[in-house]
Amino acid sequence: MTRRVRLLVMAVGGTGLAALLVAACFDLPRFGGDQHPYGDRVVRASLARHTANTIASVNFDQRAFDTLGEMSILFASVLGTVVLLRQTRDEHRAAPEPEQVALPVRRYALLVLPVAVLTGLYVIAHGQLSPGGGFQGGVVVATALHLLYLGADYRALERIRPVGSYEVADALAASAYLVLGLAGLVAGTAFLADFLPYGTFNTLSSGGTVPLLNAAIGMEVACAVVVLLANFLDQAVEIEKEGET
Amino acid sequence: MSVLPYLVAAWVFLVGCYGLATSRNLIHAVGCLAVCQSATYVLLLAVGYRDGATAPVFSDLKPGSRPVVDPVVQALALTDVVVGATVTAVLLALVLQISKLHGTVDPDELSELRG
Amino acid sequence: MDDPLIVVALLLVAGSATAAVAVRDPARQALVLAVLGTVLAVLFTVLQAPDVALSQLAVGSALTPLLIMLSVRKVRRPKRREETER
Repeated sequence: MTRRVRLLVMAVGGTGLAALLVAACFDLPRFGGDQHPYGDRVVRASLARHTANTIASVNFDQRAFDTLGEMSILFASVLGTVVLLRQTRDEHRAAPEPEQVALPVRRYALLVLPVAVLTGLYVIAHGQLSPGGGFQGGVVVATALHLLYLGADYRALERIRPVGSYEVADALAASAYLVLGLAGLVAGTAFLADFLPYGTFNTLSSGGTVPLLNAAIGMEVACAVVVLLANFLDQAVEIEKEGET
Repeated sequence: MSVLPYLVAAWVFLVGCYGLATSRNLIHAVGCLAVCQSATYVLLLAVGYRDGATAPVFSDLKPGSRPVVDPVVQALALTDVVVGATVTAVLLALVLQISKLHGTVDPDELSELRG
Repeated sequence: MDDPLIVVALLLVAGSATAAVAVRDPARQALVLAVLGTVLAVLFTVLQAPDVALSQLAVGSALTPLLIMLSVRKVRRPKRREETER
């Protein structure tokens, strides 16, 4: 198929899709409308289970099974990336040369690094109380660690980031989520049911299994992002084809 | 006026599709796919919005004192944002493999290679 | 639909999404995607979705552009080695 034909097919299909989408827009519930039957029920259930952040309650309690699926996608895509970006036989590692970093960059990166990591951990820990949780905090922690690459150099980053142990931690966190789900079965309720005491509303230990599942997801996401970035950084900085250098 | 958010979501999606179809670089195409993805978040959150409502977080809000927006769609969008990024990573890894094998990331040149 | 903030944020999203597609150089596109991520985070905040805004901010304006930049660097390296910085 030539480029012209492809563009023509795309134009016809795109116009049809656009017409359908615009027609659908006018039939959707009015923006800002008051009819949210599921939302109202979810809020009620979340308050009954002493979880202040309704979204955490949806993710880790009322729709925890759905989150299990999301987590599996995450795990599978990390696995796929690791397999795709592994070092092949015709490639070798060239240690990158240490380079001088501008002093202000170095100073501020190293200053911000602990603050950013702490913020990420705070966001994970308070997932069931305030906006945030394992998904967001995990990404913050993982990207914050890479400030070390800006502030120092690649070798310093590699020292605090043994990729192997992060891969193991990723798998452990994924299985921790499953084990917590199975614990519900052992306790005599359903898979991934909230079987622990709900605790006092608006405290760190409220919500039963929500904080635990949230912590498992936080660890999983943080390790997954570290492993992903490590593989891409290796490709971009270290791994070279035989005969290039 | 009340359909503007939906129309914006549709526009973002279509623009992303256009970019995907006309892209001359697979990395650029992955970026366009990320644009398409963000259309779904806009649509989901627009469906869940409620006039004059606040966020469904009760750590500093007395339950029942104010209406809150729909938390279900927010939970859907939230997990999708993070998982979508890792899927982008897989696609980029595939692009890197293609560039190693064929030495190009232009989809047109790649289909010529196959003949 | 009387909140002008929402209208402005929506128009900004539509504009930056168009720009992200129109910019053909992937390295520049990564920067525009970072802008799009930030604007989306603003939109989600005014739509009263702080959780989604937080994750969009972390992912859309940091992680995805970073991954794209690293891929661009890897793909371009064999051709122009002298351009690689750090």
